[in-house]
Amino acid sequence: MPEGAFFVIMVTKIVVVFGLMLLSVTYLTWLERKVIGDIQVRLGPMRVGPHGLLQPIADGLKLLFKEEIVPQAADRMLYLLAPALALIPAFISFAVIPFGDQVRLFGQSIDLVIADVNIGLLYVFGVASLGVYGIVLGGWASNNKYALLGGLRASAQMISYELSLGLSVVGVVMLSQSLSLVQIVDTQARVWFIVLQPIGFLIFLICAVAETNRAPFDLPEAETELVAGFHVEYSSMKFAMFFMAEYANMITVSAMATTLFLGGWRGPWLPPVVWFLVKLYLFIFLFIWLRGTLPRFRYDQLMRFGWKVLLPVALVNIMITAVFVALR
Amino acid sequence: MEWLVFVPLAAMALITAVLVIVLRNPVYCALSLIGTFFALSGIYLLLQAQFIAVVQVIVYAGAIMVLFLFVVMLLDLGHELPAWLQRDRSRLLLGIGVIALLFIELAIPIGSRTSHGPQGPYTSELVGAVGNTQLVGRLLFTDFLIPFEITSIILLIAIIGAMVLARR
Repeated sequence: MPEGAFFVIMVTKIVVVFGLMLLSVTYLTWLERKVIGDIQVRLGPMRVGPHGLLQPIADGLKLLFKEEIVPQAADRMLYLLAPALALIPAFISFAVIPFGDQVRLFGQSIDLVIADVNIGLLYVFGVASLGVYGIVLGGWASNNKYALLGGLRASAQMISYELSLGLSVVGVVMLSQSLSLVQIVDTQARVWFIVLQPIGFLIFLICAVAETNRAPFDLPEAETELVAGFHVEYSSMKFAMFFMAEYANMITVSAMATTLFLGGWRGPWLPPVVWFLVKLYLFIFLFIWLRGTLPRFRYDQLMRFGWKVLLPVALVNIMITAVFVALR
Repeated sequence: MEWLVFVPLAAMALITAVLVIVLRNPVYCALSLIGTFFALSGIYLLLQAQFIAVVQVIVYAGAIMVLFLFVVMLLDLGHELPAWLQRDRSRLLLGIGVIALLFIELAIPIGSRTSHGPQGPYTSELVGAVGNTQLVGRLLFTDFLIPFEITSIILLIAIIGAMVLARR
């Protein structure tokens, strides 16, 4: 492939994925309000456009034109930096996730993944582990007690659940013998790993919800105790950036669950990209469903569950998988 | 070509490392240290040690520094140094002396090029062919098995020690 074509294809892939990601983030707010509305026997947004379809655009414009407020006692530099620190990791981890098979376009064969890195899985974990800084620093820089408490809770929670999250996918790595997400999808050509790793899948799913700080693990922003937690002092677009990060994280985590356990883009009849999106939105729907159904954990319950239940179970799962891999 | 990446990374590592000890606000010091870890991770990537590069970010930047920040924020250490740590001529001289010693220690091997010894078995071609992660894993569980296991026991002892001290 000539150098120029490679460059054009690369940039196109990045722009398309980034654009679709932004669009999905915008419309996830609509989807969430609609689904939660349905769960609570309401209609949700109905006024702006048919079935409220233009509501996200109206919300976005409103947030852009709102007044920007920086609290007087805030640490100005970190206060302004924190939303960006939350948003960037949320978006860049999608770079290694394969969303389709090789396609032929204009005589070129194109891999439907931005970068097939040989340590793709670790890359996602590395980037995801940085997402916590936006929240912690936002909470600290606001110079507000509620915000600080939210930030501290976030850091403790994300560290605790990151361990089990990492251990839950070790089984998948053992079975596929690779850390490259493209190869992990390839080894699932016959059997999806959800069949071989049901315990790993459950732990991954629970930890994924905790990592994205969503209900029932939304302690960092618990409205009833911490007002709104780490983002209580934020207004206008900076407030929106925290929410965009949350939704983008939701998409990334769902894409990871799809790739690691549901065979990625693999499936019969439909085109690969469609399969990928179907599975992705299945997980996103599950996230919203959980929020509409479950009450929030108490802080001590959260810690006990993470360290005394999830971690040992994840370790036992690795041991069992190791025995099977060794006997094979 | 390599220099285009190495020089900015090295500069970033040095500058952020100096900022860690120069800045007064402990939160900013911790953030500078994260910057140092990032630059080091980039240098590991240049050396084709992708596994170590990512582990550096996951373990140091993603976990240990979060705990550091957690403690710093919880203690609210303030921005001023305590009186006994304020500027002091004798301490300054001692510091300069130690830095000079370290510098000489580093300069001698680099100057005499003793670091350019015979080439080991793990060339970048081999690492590229077998895979970085696979090689690190194999070595850890064969040649370096005993040091590896001893390290884990030491860490376990440290954890138990911390628990015992905290219970007192």
